[in-house]
Amino acid sequence: MEFKTYSSPHLPVADSVRSMMQRVLLALLPGIICFSWLFGAGVIINLLLAGITALFAEALVLWLRKRPLATLTDYSALLTGVLLGLALPPLAPWWVPVIGSLFAIVIAKQLYGGLGYNPFNPAMAGYVVLLISFPLELTLWSAPATAPGIIDTLLYSFTGQLPTGDALDALTMATPMDAIKTRLGLSETLSELQGSPLYGSFAGAGWEWINLWFLIGGLWLLQLRVIQWQIPTGVLAGLAATAFVFYAYNPDAYSPPLFQLFSGAAMLGAFFIATDPVSACTTPRGRLYYGLGIGILTYVIRTWGGYPDGIAFAVLLMNMAAPTIDHYTRPRVFGQGN
Amino acid sequence: MLTALTVLGILAALIGLVLGYTAIRFHVDSDPVVEQIDKLLPQTQCGQCTYAGCRPYAEAMAAGEADINQCPPGGETTIKALADLLGRDPKPLNPEHGEHTEKSVVVIDEQVCIGCTLCIQACPVDAIVGAAKQMHTVIRDECTGCDLCIPPCPVECIHVVPLPPVIGNWVWPKPADPASQPTGTARQQAAS
Amino acid sequence: MNRSATSFSRPQLSSFKTLHHFHGGLKLPGHREITASMPIRQAELPPQLIVPLQQHIGAAAVSLVQVGEQVCKGQLIGRQAGAISACVHAPSSGVISAVEDRPVPHPSGLQAPCIVIDTDGMERDSDEQYPLLDYTRLTPDALCKLIRDAGIVGLGGAGFPTQVKLGCGKYDIKLLLINAVECEPYIACDNRLIQERAADIISGVHILQRAVEAESCIIAIEDDMAQAEAALQTALQQDGNNTDIALTRVPEIYPSGGERQLIKVLTGEEVPSQGFPADMGIICQNVGTAAAVHNAVVKRQPLLPRIVTLTGNGLVQPQNIEALIGTPVSHLVATAGGYCSDVERLIIGGPMMGYAVTDDNIPVTKTLNCALAVTADEMPVPPPAQPCIRCGKCTEVCPADLLPQQLYWYAHSSNLDAAQDYSLFDCIECGCCAYVCPSHIPLVQYYRHAKTEIWVREKQLQSSDLARQRHEARLSRLDRIKQERAARMAKKKLALAGDDSRKDNKKAAIEAALERVKRKKQQADSTPGNTDNLTPAQQQLIDDADRRRRQQQEDRNS
Repeated sequence: MEFKTYSSPHLPVADSVRSMMQRVLLALLPGIICFSWLFGAGVIINLLLAGITALFAEALVLWLRKRPLATLTDYSALLTGVLLGLALPPLAPWWVPVIGSLFAIVIAKQLYGGLGYNPFNPAMAGYVVLLISFPLELTLWSAPATAPGIIDTLLYSFTGQLPTGDALDALTMATPMDAIKTRLGLSETLSELQGSPLYGSFAGAGWEWINLWFLIGGLWLLQLRVIQWQIPTGVLAGLAATAFVFYAYNPDAYSPPLFQLFSGAAMLGAFFIATDPVSACTTPRGRLYYGLGIGILTYVIRTWGGYPDGIAFAVLLMNMAAPTIDHYTRPRVFGQGN
Repeated sequence: MLTALTVLGILAALIGLVLGYTAIRFHVDSDPVVEQIDKLLPQTQCGQCTYAGCRPYAEAMAAGEADINQCPPGGETTIKALADLLGRDPKPLNPEHGEHTEKSVVVIDEQVCIGCTLCIQACPVDAIVGAAKQMHTVIRDECTGCDLCIPPCPVECIHVVPLPPVIGNWVWPKPADPASQPTGTARQQAAS
Repeated sequence: MNRSATSFSRPQLSSFKTLHHFHGGLKLPGHREITASMPIRQAELPPQLIVPLQQHIGAAAVSLVQVGEQVCKGQLIGRQAGAISACVHAPSSGVISAVEDRPVPHPSGLQAPCIVIDTDGMERDSDEQYPLLDYTRLTPDALCKLIRDAGIVGLGGAGFPTQVKLGCGKYDIKLLLINAVECEPYIACDNRLIQERAADIISGVHILQRAVEAESCIIAIEDDMAQAEAALQTALQQDGNNTDIALTRVPEIYPSGGERQLIKVLTGEEVPSQGFPADMGIICQNVGTAAAVHNAVVKRQPLLPRIVTLTGNGLVQPQNIEALIGTPVSHLVATAGGYCSDVERLIIGGPMMGYAVTDDNIPVTKTLNCALAVTADEMPVPPPAQPCIRCGKCTEVCPADLLPQQLYWYAHSSNLDAAQDYSLFDCIECGCCAYVCPSHIPLVQYYRHAKTEIWVREKQLQSSDLARQRHEARLSRLDRIKQERAARMAKKKLALAGDDSRKDNKKAAIEAALERVKRKKQQADSTPGNTDNLTPAQQQLIDDADRRRRQQQEDRNS
């Protein structure tokens, strides 16, 4: 009797890239819901625009490269679009997520070789390109719970037409992190700021809840073993520890660690962005150092840099360092060296 | 301005001295390139590369006179290894010099052999045993498959025998990977 | 490889009750419910037995028989060739019908030299009746010889010749470890062997203890083999000289049955990557090998049968069969009721490390422990491989603490030097990495490809080095002949020219001597004395002499 031959192991593999990506998207849902609850339909519009553009760009490039469309159906492009969409302000015009997504997929991912070959986090690469090219559009954040309705948002996004009676100034404001940084720079003390409406229960108003839901989603991912503990722990520890050092040194001039951990994209970055496996380190110890590096750099950029949130740049900088870190953190092989 | 120039000049001189010293003090003697190249060649001594043997070909490559893709018995593996060693681009085997064939050995048909010793004189590795008017035979383990003994034989009693694959020389096939992008060298290999 | 290095610390044997962990590993579904409860059946004698000459690691055995020869059951038909080799025996009586290449169990599907016996069904033992010995009077060396002569190799799957592994007094052994940890799913042959023949195993363990003079002994068993454990407990209690055999349970984590992993679990020590457990004073043997040792020493039977698990949904009646070596797998499948209609794949070995074969016309060898016939539902065709997303799950599960991802990247791009640098040869090919890979990359095949490629290239390098030496020797020989010839020619030429000049030299020497004499004469006073009072006769003599002298001088001067 003739049989076909296959490679060992022969037991069926339960996992797949597709199911991993699906779980990541599911874990993002609580945070997304909270985000759109607080900041309006603009979030959903951004996500849709970024996601659809990502899928379209991926399909186009795969077709041009004559490659199988498997990486289209494994949700990896969609995830990149969603992460990029989450990083953008809800009031960004429609072409912002589209351009960002196009850059992220076509240049930062496919031109390097497609899934598994990109050295830089595509979503963050796209975001950084937008941030540097269109600084105004990317810093127009609305206040939480004051966002316009869905129709108005759509109208503004696609036509730039604001709801009647509103000016852009009235709609937008700086994020709590940005505002607090500016005001601390202007020598207001932290205790004063903690009384202001900028501050919520334990961190920036509105943002603390978003970060909390992303944290919950991230912990769920950890429990499912879709991601490992080293990177999120490294990011949060690096961020908190550096913040603590400076906060302990001068509690009035620097924001506390808890604030840092729950503001901006800290939790999103720690659990969803920095953990992008392709661009991160691969050795266990390397991942810890990688995460620590991101956390420390994030704090540095947030406190002294020119941009409101440092996650994107921190991730890209550590992406550059990842191969070197991997090289020097190879685990000791069984039976070798003591 | 003057101080800047002086300082930079002194720095440059110092660094240059240090570099020069380390270049001499920590100099590592490496094999001459010809030895390294020769080690990569299959030592068939067949002459298909147009040189009189593997060593002359290695010397020609070291002198920059010969290209790295002239060795059919070495095939892709040798071309790639030479490319790595010499820092040149790998390229497909030059078809003018022959095709890469599977390793073979030769066998003398003892019914026909007349004992003329012409093949013994031709064999570059002395793999043929015999004497004038005595039976000649090929030592199978020493035969490199260069086929240089075949033209001189006046009675055409030497035949090429391809070596069958044995378990000892079997290599697990590399899995086909359709979804991945070929690396630079693989693309060239695929194109060759 | 430095076998005599003793710089590795001895394991802390007193603490083996506390178990340690190795990195990685997996909990796999066992799939043993069917076969673990089925008693061992004896296979029927097949009409033809195909005995490969190589069923072990090392040099193949050398055939001792001719076509047409009659052989008895247990007769030596292939002697070992060299130190690391094993002999083969005729599994049953019959006539040798061929000594030629036949298909053997190997992933390549290639053939190898085999001895083919047409069985006569009589199972005639050889005429010499071997006495059953009281082995306790034998020296360890003699025991090792018996083990060697019985052709025993490691029956756990590797097939290393047992007498070489035991060392026969070469090593200082503190611990004999008996491996009853059958960690691969589906396989139950060791499980059944323990349940049915625990006494034989204990006897074999005692023999091994004596052969290596081990200070202590542990039998390690998986914690889900409860019945087998109970059987061993009973056997140990009934055994008279049970002094220091400890039965230890290890957790069911694949691959705890691997020798190095098991040693780590029991002793906390890691066998050095370039070394062997014997260097640390530990010898590990499979339970099947222990039973075979008992048969060899007590019953004086060489290694003839082995237990094979036939299982999988592709067989009508999965079961454990004791078959003679050389029995075709197709014959065993027929005993197991044949294939189901939807059988899709035949795997030799377990589902993690075994290899798929194209047909079942291959013989049972000493190391063939399982034949898995599976359906497509049971083991679906794997989806095509995706690019590696560098998730690191493979690194998490690798029991050898390697970076499978890096090994994959290097093997994939044929950068074999870098793959070796990342300890490619420390990979035990357990398959844990490929099992968890979400991109379904056949990682183990990449590593196997890289390893075999490196071995073949090394062989080619050796043979090309040899060819270069021969070529250079030939060139220098031809050179030497040419030079000798040239030297001979030069000497000859010199000889011919040298005759004339020598003559001239002689002549010149003679003339010089004469000149000297002449000069001396002229210088000296040549007037003779006592010439007064000469008689006329005397004067006449003197005048004649003078006259002669003058004449001679004139002759000479002319």
